[in-house]
Order: sequence, then structure tokens, then C-alpha cells
Amino acid sequence: MATDTRGLIAPPAVRVRDLHRSFSESGGVLNGLDLDIAPGEFVALIGRSGTGKSTLLRALAGLDRDVAGYGEIEVPESVSVVFQDSRLLPWRRILDNVVLGVRGPDAAARGQQALSEVGLPGRERSWPFQLSGGEQQRVSLARSLVREPQLLLADEPFGALDALTRIRMHALLRKLCEAHKPAVLLVTHDVDEAVALSDRVIVLDAGVVRADVQVAGRSPVELRSFLLEELEIR
Amino acid sequence: MTITETRPRTATPDVRVVRRRLGPGRRIPYAFWVGPILLLAVWSAGSATGLISPAILTAPWDVVVAFGEQWTDHDLLGNILSSLQRAALGLGFGVATGGVLAVVSGLSRLGESLIDGPIQVKRSVPTLALIPLFIAWFGIGQEMKVVTIALISMVPIYVHTHNGLRGIDGKYAELAETLDIGRGEFVRHVVLPGALPGFLLGMRFAVTSSLLGLVVVEQYNATAGIGHMITLAEQYGQTDVIVVGLVIYGVFGYCADSAVRLVGRRVLAWRRTLED
Ligand SMILES: Nc1ncnc2c1ncn2[C@@H]1O[C@H](COP(=O)(O)OP(=O)(O)O)[C@@H](O)[C@H]1O
Ligand SMILES: [Mg+2]
Repeated sequence: MATDTRGLIAPPAVRVRDLHRSFSESGGVLNGLDLDIAPGEFVALIGRSGTGKSTLLRALAGLDRDVAGYGEIEVPESVSVVFQDSRLLPWRRILDNVVLGVRGPDAAARGQQALSEVGLPGRERSWPFQLSGGEQQRVSLARSLVREPQLLLADEPFGALDALTRIRMHALLRKLCEAHKPAVLLVTHDVDEAVALSDRVIVLDAGVVRADVQVAGRSPVELRSFLLEELEIR
Repeated sequence: MTITETRPRTATPDVRVVRRRLGPGRRIPYAFWVGPILLLAVWSAGSATGLISPAILTAPWDVVVAFGEQWTDHDLLGNILSSLQRAALGLGFGVATGGVLAVVSGLSRLGESLIDGPIQVKRSVPTLALIPLFIAWFGIGQEMKVVTIALISMVPIYVHTHNGLRGIDGKYAELAETLDIGRGEFVRHVVLPGALPGFLLGMRFAVTSSLLGLVVVEQYNATAGIGHMITLAEQYGQTDVIVVGLVIYGVFGYCADSAVRLVGRRVLAWRRTLED
């Protein structure tokens, strides 16, 4: 848990207690999950396919109003979501997509600033279909950043990108998070991505947190084989 | 839309492997005129060779003569303007009502239960069968005519806009929810642009419907208008004047439809479809 300068324990940005979610009578997807994320902390969430990673993320994003379940969730005021598809409105130009819903007279300027931060200056007037997949995903990052969220939720944001683009996106995401300091929950199926990006890795299995490890101070190789082992076990 | 030559005109070799095209391909220049001119050519050839007798269909040149006579002696321009004004008024009201009703019923369950049923009922009653009722309510003046045209053009706008709106991918609504935008912004940035292709399709039907309505309502006590001109010509057995009226209706419809499609190509620039 993060401590502030006076040594007091700062309240977590995200606090989840005893979270249950299920899509059918037969079994729950999340079964009493607990999770804390400190302000500014970068947490990676891994787990096999179908273990409920997206279900958890959608619960934190407030997008699961029709899903049965109970539990407590506390999240900051401003939360932003990056989806696996960039989810740009095809009928709005790039800059309009970035500043959608941003209020204030300087919205356009801030949008332009965000676009140059993700390395796409000058593309303000393009249509989404004119951008490559990686560029579209960078626009969706800019759309999240321009809102200066206290919590950034990302569901396999680089899953559809090629390996080379993904590595460049990792560097970009790290740089952006250092500059803007949101708490981050990044869902990924890629252990290397989790180790490379995060402060802490959480392994989800059978609807609860199976492992929760700090990245700092451990060798990436050892951490990687530990996580792979955790994922293998059933 | 202009066609640009992509190949350099220099001697630089340009060797490429090109797939057989399955879509309709590039636009033909002056495509707008090709069909109508062909039709006119067939008509002229038929009349000239005597295959189409004047009793069946007046020859194009006689139509031109009749057109000239109507223009100079019977205020054809006034008739055209009067018809256009009627159609435009009715279409305007119809499109506005249809569009608003479609958005309200598309976005709210309460609105849907109030609006959708009556419109479906209205669809199954031919508007033209309602004319006697409208005459009783509004008299036989301009109101009755505009209301009829408005009603008849409202239905396709409603149906296609509603359909287009409900066909918008739910993931965009989800995105909008995570961006914390209000209802108004949601409508402006997601609903209206997403429903626009549907609306434009509805517009094409509505334009045609409004002309159809025009033909009928102008038979009732009109003192001006193309329908009025046709009705008079019918009484005096002037086939050529009737054909003048029909040609004018045809030109109206064709121009209006082309205008809608042109606007559609402009405002839907964000799509890549077989149209482009
Ligand atoms: N909308 C839904 N309706 C029914 N079942 C769902 C729905 N969304 C997810 N599930 C089920 O919940 C489980 C967890 O899904 P999800 O959270 O998407 O897994 P993942 O960890 O791969 O992101 C899966 O078994 C999936 O089939
Ligand atoms: Mg998932």
C-alpha cells in the first residue's frame, strides 16, 4: 500500500470487497474478489481466457448494470476505459473523437496536445478508417488521457496489434503513465507485457485473486516463470 | 466526384498485380445523364418510325411544342412553382416530424410504445384513402394538400431513420457511457450520425412519395399546379399536355433523388462502401 510523505497510509484509488458476478444460475464468474489499487499504481491483471478479467473490468467501469451479483466497489471520480478495439466513432474526425465530451474553451488545444503526446500530430482532420490499427489505438489512448483520469482501465488494449507495434505501445503507455500518474488496471493475456509494464501483477483464477506479486526487486525471468506456473495450475 | 489519374505519365515502369474487381468500380463521367438520354432516344426512335403512335404516346417534339404553348399561354412556370412549393412544404413538415418521431421512439421505450404503434397502423392505411377525411377536417384548400403530402412522406423517414438508429452498434453507446457525456451530446455525436444513412434512404422514398401525393391532391380543386394542368388536359383530351405534366413530374423526381444521393455521398465521406 502506498504511503504519503508523512508516512500515513493513503486511501486506495480502487477498493473492491467480496465482489460476486454471475451470468447464469450454475456458477459465478467472480466469487468474492478483493482488490486494492493505490493512486498512481500500475496493476496488470492476467488469467486464462474466460476467468472473468473483462467481467471485473466492466464492473469497475460501471458497465455491468444488467449482470447479477453483489459486493462493494469504490473507484475515483474520473475513470477512463481503453477497449480492445479502439472504438473510435467512424463518423467523427480524429480530433473530434479525442475531445468527445470534453468541456471548456481549450478542449481542442488539449486534444491536439494529447494527439502529439501519442505521436500523431497533424492527423486531427483524418477519418478513423484512414489510420492503421496501431494508430487508432493510440488515438483511443489520447482520448483517455485528455480526460486526465485518476483510474485508467484497459482491456487487452494491444491484443490486436502486431509484436513490433505492441512494443512501441508499451513504451508509449509507460511514458504517458509516468507523466499523468493515473492508477492503472491493465488486463492482458501476455505475461511479458504484464512484467514489462506494471508495478504489480495479479493472477485471476476461478473468480478470485490467486496470486498478487510486486514486480520491483524481482528478476523478470524468475517472475515470468512464477506467473506462467500460476497460470498453468488448475 | 472527380476521377484522378493515379499512374505517373512518365516512362517510369509501373508493374503491379491487380485483382479482378468485384465491386461496381469507378464512377462513369456524366453517368447522371446516360439513362434518361437513352430513354429519350428510344422514345424518339419509336415515334419517328411510327412504332409508337401519337394516340398512345405523343412524340417528344410535340411535347416540346405543347410545353412551349403551355409556357407562353397558360402560365406553366406558375404551375410548376405552385406544385414545387406544395411538395416542398409537405415534404419539409413530413421529414421534420418523421425524423423527430423516429429519434424519440428510437431512444425512449415510453416514446416507442406511444409512437411506434400508431405509425404502424398509419402505414397500413393508404394515405390517399384518408383524403376524404382530410377534406372534411381541413377543407379543400392548401392545408389539406400539405397535410396529405406531409403524412405520406413522414412514414418512410420514420421507418428508415428508426431502423438506422436501432442498428447502431451498441458498443458506441457503451463508449459514450464511459465518456460521461449527456443525452444531448450522445444524440448529436452518436445517434444522429449513426442514423444518417438510414435517414437518407428514407429521404429517397419520401421525395418520391411527396410527388405521388402531389399528383393526387392536385386533382382536388386546385387552381394552379401540374396536377391541375393534367386534370384540365384530361377534360379537353389533350394527350400532349398530359405528357408534358408527366415529364415534369419525372424530371422533379429524378433531380430530387439525385440531389439526395449527392448529399449522401458528401455527408457519408467517413464510410468506405461500394458506392465510392
Ligand atoms: N454477456 C455475457 N453473457 C453470458 N456470459 C458471459 C457474458 N460475458 C461473459 N460471460 C462469461 O463469463 C465468463 C468470463 O468472461 P470474461 O470476463 O469475458 O473472461 P476473460 O477473462 O477472458 O475476459 C466466460 O465464461 C464468459 O462466457
Ligand atoms: Mg476479456
